[in-house]
Amino acid sequence: MLQFLARRLLVALLVCITVLTFAFALTRLSGDLAISIAGPNSTAADIEIIRKAYGLDRPVIQQFFDWVGRAMVGDFGQSYFFRERVAKLIGDRLPITLTLGLVGLGIALTVALPLGVISALREGRPIDRVISLVALLGQAMPSFWLGLVLMITFGLHLGWLPISGTGTWQHFVMPGTVLAFSAIPALMRLTRSGMIDAMSADYIRTARAKGLSRASIILKHAARNAAMPVVSIAAVQLGFMLGGSIVIETVFALHGVGFLAWESISKNDFPTVQAVVLLLAIIYTLLTLGADMLNAVLDPRLRAS
Amino acid sequence: MTALLEVQGLDISFGGLTAVRGASLEVNRGETHCLVGESGCGKSVTALAMMGLLPGNAVRRAETLRFDGGDLRGLSEKEMSRLRGDRMAMIFQEPMTSLNPAYTVGSQMAEVMLRHRGGSRRAALDRAAELLARVRITSPGMRLGQYPHQLSGGLRQRVMIAMALMCEPELLIADEPTTALDVTVQAQILRLLADLQTDLGLAILLITHDLGVVARTAHRVSVMYAGEVVESAPVRTLFSRPMHPYTRGLLSCVPVPGKIRPGDPLGSIPGMVPQVTPDFAGCAFRQRCLLTRPDCAGPIARRRPSADHAYLCQIPPEEMVRS
Ligand SMILES: Nc1ncnc2c1ncn2[C@@H]1O[C@H](COP(=O)(O)OP(=O)(O)O)[C@@H](O)[C@H]1O
Ligand SMILES: [Mg+2]
Repeated sequence: MLQFLARRLLVALLVCITVLTFAFALTRLSGDLAISIAGPNSTAADIEIIRKAYGLDRPVIQQFFDWVGRAMVGDFGQSYFFRERVAKLIGDRLPITLTLGLVGLGIALTVALPLGVISALREGRPIDRVISLVALLGQAMPSFWLGLVLMITFGLHLGWLPISGTGTWQHFVMPGTVLAFSAIPALMRLTRSGMIDAMSADYIRTARAKGLSRASIILKHAARNAAMPVVSIAAVQLGFMLGGSIVIETVFALHGVGFLAWESISKNDFPTVQAVVLLLAIIYTLLTLGADMLNAVLDPRLRAS
Repeated sequence: MTALLEVQGLDISFGGLTAVRGASLEVNRGETHCLVGESGCGKSVTALAMMGLLPGNAVRRAETLRFDGGDLRGLSEKEMSRLRGDRMAMIFQEPMTSLNPAYTVGSQMAEVMLRHRGGSRRAALDRAAELLARVRITSPGMRLGQYPHQLSGGLRQRVMIAMALMCEPELLIADEPTTALDVTVQAQILRLLADLQTDLGLAILLITHDLGVVARTAHRVSVMYAGEVVESAPVRTLFSRPMHPYTRGLLSCVPVPGKIRPGDPLGSIPGMVPQVTPDFAGCAFRQRCLLTRPDCAGPIARRRPSADHAYLCQIPPEEMVRS
C-alpha cells in the first residue's frame, strides 16, 4: 500500500512540474507580453519601461526559475490587471468554485447512482429505457440554456431561489444543478453498466446461494465492484466542474476561478493566467490521486500490484 | 424413509429451448449422489433449479420438488433464501471467480452465519476459522484476513466448501467442483468431500462428467442425457448391470469400479445430442442408439429392474441383458 502511494505521489509531482513548465511557456508564446500590457497606443519607450518594470528583459530561463521559486512558497506575484496579489485573488475565488463543484457533484451522484442501479436491475424493461432516454435528453441540453430556463422558472416566476450572487447556500442550487446535468449521463451509464456486469458475476451467484438478502447482494456485493469506474469518472467530472464552469459562473454571476481565468486571459494578465492554470492542474492531479486511492481501498487487488 | 431431496417431472426451458424435460432425482440423507452426463445435458440448470437460482429468463416447472418433505415450488424468493446457505448449500465449478474479490475470506464466510443464525461477528469468524481448519487449510486465522486473489484455485475451492458448511447444511450441491483444478488438487478435494460426507452425515449431490469420480465417491448415480435422467441406480449396480443404452455406451470402455483411473473421459458415442424443443417427443437418444425401434418415437416407459434401479427405455431388462 505504501509503495502504491509513493508511486502515485511521484507521478502526481511529475505531472505538476510538466504543467508548470507548459503554463509558463504558453504565456510567453502568445506574443510579446510587454507590448500587450502597454496597450496599442504606447510608444517604444513605454514598452521598454514596462519590460524593465516586470522583469521581462531578463533571460527567459531566469524568469522561469524566478517564477517557480516564488510559486513554491505561494507567491504568484502581482496581477497586472486587478492590481492585487494573485494569491489573494485566487484565495477569494477558489471557495466559490469549490463549493459550486462539490454541490454539482453531490447533486449529480444523488441522481445518477440510484437511477443507474435501478436501470441495471431492470435492464431492458420500460423503466430502463425511460431513464436512458431522459439522460440522453439531459445531455443534449446546452448548459447556458438550461441555466436560463431554471433562472426564469425558479428565480423569476416562482421566486424560490436567488438568481445571481454567492451569499447563501441557495445561491448554489441552480448553478450546481446545471453543472450536475452535464455529469449525470456519464455517471449513470457507468453505474448501470458496472452494476449489470457485477450482477451477472459468479460471486453474485455465490452470494445468492448463501441466502443473503437482496439488499446485501446489491448494495454490498455488487455495488462495491461496480463502484470503481464510477469513482474514476466522478473525479474527472469534478475536475471539469471546477475548471470548466466558466459558462455557468458567467450566467449566474458567480465570480469563481473559472470566471477569473476568463477575465485574466482576455486581459493578458499573465501572472494570473499562469497561477490559475497551475492551480487547476494541481486540482486535477489531486482528484486523480484521490480516485486512485479510493479505488485501492475498494479493490484489494490494486493494492497488491 | 423419505428422501431429503425429491424431484419429479422437472422441466426447465429457456425461451423456445428445453434444457431439462421431466427429470426425476432423489437424494437421500447422508449419501453421495452423483449426477453424470455430457456437457450441456442440463446438470447445472437442474442443480440451480433445486436451489431456486435459475437465471431470470428460465422457466421452471415440476410435478414434485421437495426438500425434507416441504414443497419448494410455491416458496417466494425470500423464503428460498432462508433455506439457501442454511439447510442447503452449493459450490460451483469456477473457484477463481466464485468469491467476491473485494472482501476478505473471513468476511464472506462470516456473513453466512450472521444472516442465518445471527450472533456476534466474533463468533462467526471463530466458526469460519474452525471450518477452514476442517477443510485442511493451514493457519486459518491468517487466511480469514486474506483476499481471494491471494489464494490458489484449490484453496479457494476449499474456502467455498468451508463457507458452504458454515450453518451445517443437510444438503451440499457440488457442481463439478474439481473440473477447473489440477489433477492432484482434484483428488484432494474429492477426498475432502468424501470425508466431510462421512463425518457430518451430509447429503451430497455431486455433479461430474468424470466416471472415475463417480466410481470413487458415489453411493448412487443418476445419468442425464439431453435434459432427462435416463437411468438411476446404486453405483455398483450401475457399473455392473447398466441398462440404458446411453449408460452402456458411456461405460463401454470403462470396466469395473475401482479399476478406473481418475480423469478418464466418458466413452465416446457416435452422433450428436439433438436440439430439444418443447414439441420434441420420444427418446432423445434414439438417433444414436443401436437398439432403436419404431416405438422409440412415442412415450417412453420407465422400467425398474430392481427396487432401487430405474431407467427410461422401451426395451425391458430381459431383452436388454441379452442384447
Ligand atoms: N442462462 C441460460 N440461457 C439460455 N440457455 C441456457 C442458460 N443456461 C443454460 N442454458 C442451456 O441449458 C442447457 C443445459 O445447460 P447446463 O445445465 O449448463 O449443462 P451442463 O451443466 O450439463 O453442462 C444447455 O443447452 C444450455 O445451452
Ligand atoms: Mg455445468
